Amino acid sequence: MSSFWNIWIWVLTLGCLAGCFIILRYCLKNFAGVEEGESMGHSFDGIEELNNPLPKWWSNFFLATIIWALFYIAWFGLGAWTGISGWRSSNQGILNIAESKAKTAEYLAKDSGVLVQYDREIARANEKYGPIFDAYAARSIEDLATDAEALKVGQRLFIQNCAQCHGSDARGTTGFPNLADKDWLYGGTPEQIKETIMHGRQAVGMMAWEDALGGEQGVKDVAAYVISLSGRSVNADLAKAGKAKFGICAGCHGSDGQGSLALGLPMGAPNLSDNVWLYGGSKRAIEESIKYGRAGVMPPWSNILGEEKVHVISAYVYSLSQD
Amino acid sequence: MTQSNTSAVDYNFDVVRQFTVMTVIWGIVGTFVGVLIAAQLIWPALNFDTPWLTYSRLRPLHTNAVIFAFGTSALFATSYYVVQRTCQTRLFGGKLAAFTFWGWQAVIVAAAITLPLGYTTSKEYAELEWPIDIFIAVVWISYAIVFFGTLIKRKTSHIYVANWFFGGFIITVAVLHIGNSMAIPVSAMKSYSIYPGAIDAMMQWWYGHNAVGFLLTAGFLGIMYYFVPKQAERPVYSYRLSIVHFWALVSLYIWAGPHHLHFTALPDWAQSVGMVMSIVLFLPSWGGMINGIMTLSGAWHKLRYDPILRFLIVSLSFYGMSTFEGPMMAIKSVNALSHYTDWTIGHVHSGALGWVAMVSIGAMYHLIPVLFNQGRMYSIRLINIHFWMHTAGIILYIVAMWISGVMQGLMWRAVNTDGTLTYSFVESLTASYPFYFIRFLGGVLVVAGFLLMAYNMFKTIGAKDGSLQAVAEA
Repeated sequence: MSSFWNIWIWVLTLGCLAGCFIILRYCLKNFAGVEEGESMGHSFDGIEELNNPLPKWWSNFFLATIIWALFYIAWFGLGAWTGISGWRSSNQGILNIAESKAKTAEYLAKDSGVLVQYDREIARANEKYGPIFDAYAARSIEDLATDAEALKVGQRLFIQNCAQCHGSDARGTTGFPNLADKDWLYGGTPEQIKETIMHGRQAVGMMAWEDALGGEQGVKDVAAYVISLSGRSVNADLAKAGKAKFGICAGCHGSDGQGSLALGLPMGAPNLSDNVWLYGGSKRAIEESIKYGRAGVMPPWSNILGEEKVHVISAYVYSLSQD
Repeated sequence: MTQSNTSAVDYNFDVVRQFTVMTVIWGIVGTFVGVLIAAQLIWPALNFDTPWLTYSRLRPLHTNAVIFAFGTSALFATSYYVVQRTCQTRLFGGKLAAFTFWGWQAVIVAAAITLPLGYTTSKEYAELEWPIDIFIAVVWISYAIVFFGTLIKRKTSHIYVANWFFGGFIITVAVLHIGNSMAIPVSAMKSYSIYPGAIDAMMQWWYGHNAVGFLLTAGFLGIMYYFVPKQAERPVYSYRLSIVHFWALVSLYIWAGPHHLHFTALPDWAQSVGMVMSIVLFLPSWGGMINGIMTLSGAWHKLRYDPILRFLIVSLSFYGMSTFEGPMMAIKSVNALSHYTDWTIGHVHSGALGWVAMVSIGAMYHLIPVLFNQGRMYSIRLINIHFWMHTAGIILYIVAMWISGVMQGLMWRAVNTDGTLTYSFVESLTASYPFYFIRFLGGVLVVAGFLLMAYNMFKTIGAKDGSLQAVAEA
């Protein structure tokens, strides 16, 4: 903050409070020239005004709030000054998480007298709840998945952080995978689930294929072939033409459309031969997927929740597909 | 209800009549849209799967309709009436006054068309897009010319206190509107604010809270300062109190905006000052309530038979209640519980339905017979019924929102022994449904009351000149 703005803030803030004080003092005196309780002597459309004094409790209370205001400002600061307490709500003027963490560690370590409320609260919460999650993190995900208490914690974390997309029952919705079945895009082992949550996933391969497939007809052909893979009846001619063009899809989805996971590849290309459809299984939805592409994103949670909590959520998600 | 209309001054009451009638009509429209969106929160199907009727588009229509159509029409009507009567002179500006009426109605119609179509700046209470904003500025400056022109040519030596408040509100709203609406147009109906990030948020709430502080408070205190002493036929309680609370109110309100941005990216000092000034503002706010209620000294018995006075005095009670609640909610630790909950909605409506609407309704019931050459309204009994419907409606509304608001705040912050949150957001929403229904019932009562008022108004206007005689009461 430049010194101009600092002075500007100080002058206006204190000036406003001083102005309130001065006008209060002025009106406490009877300056009106008529006895208290009498009419001021002017009438507006028949309305007169009395010269009654300010109610004492009111003027004293008003004065008290003005004095309190000065104390509050002195304690918590104004403009560039952080006040007698040195309090601040958070690290200000910091541009990234790493910088913020370094600053927090510095303040907490040397107890510099700077009270950063957010960091103090987080440190206190970590101190109180950290051991619970440290204990969970020391056990394997398979082990946690059989611990009813741990699963309850995992479910709560899931509902607060994951349910917005995957649903309260984890059964997903269009565009957001069902986590309660046995169909996986990036793998359903404990390690794979945890990796997905920790670092996120980004489906990049499914671009818009219309041009590459030779236009509208190509999209229709391939869609028919894709539908036939899961055993539904389609126009055989279209499906035949589609099969001929499926070569460019096979790179990710596999030659039989069995999906990238079956091939041991990490690109998240769905299995097309089952009846699970992330973006809808109707002819129209499948044609749209081929024509315009799809780009699902799972954000990384390691920075938001920390590895210990992700570990417990992973156990909960893993437990959903175990019988 | 004795009002002498025999005066040597040829007042311009045409524009006052127009604004008065439109106040009642916009009151019905604005509150009806409010009830519709309250119903949508319980029965989402009521948006009929049309984008134009979705909650997100009707909510700004509701707020704009009640603040700028209903409330501001009431302010135009009363300020034009009061400034003429207390200055003993005809309204300045001739046709310019008529322009402010038609111009303002055009703004309202433009809002009613563009908001459902989805045109919005996304700034709360300032959603209208830039061409409408420019037109608002033109109408508002015309309003200022008419009002201050009349003050300048006044026949009285002093300027009456009601006119200080009207004048203060007109100037400040012009500054707020122009300041906050500064934007770069990118097409005929789309613009982007010139302010970046946290500065934009601060500008928005500097505007937003002072739309409350100046339009919905200072302006309506102007109404109070004329219609309460007039209806009670008593002198204003304290001239000196009116001076100190006027200057303290206008100088402190302008600082209160940051309390809408507690625990955000706004610098700490700005949040602190917003909270401090909001609390210091408490007593000046109450100064207006004290001055209004104490004006009734020696006339309390009139509350027994005069429902118009009842509207005015109960409005002051709600004013006192909301201006106590407001500073409390501005305290950071209270705000940590109340912010983003229905408590805020309850607070706004105790101010809007309790203070703003009731003082306007009282003033309109006083004004309508005067403007249309009658001794009283068509039916005093209907006014009384309206009073009780409106009061019951408000109480249902705000009590429901207090309960659901505090409940939501407590549910959101409840934690288990492992530090995880006890409730998901959806659980707090499910728990709110009963209160949404009570709020809806309260809203229905308010709209029904407005319909009674419209009936009473048109019966009064339609009656033969002078046929409704004031009833003497003891």
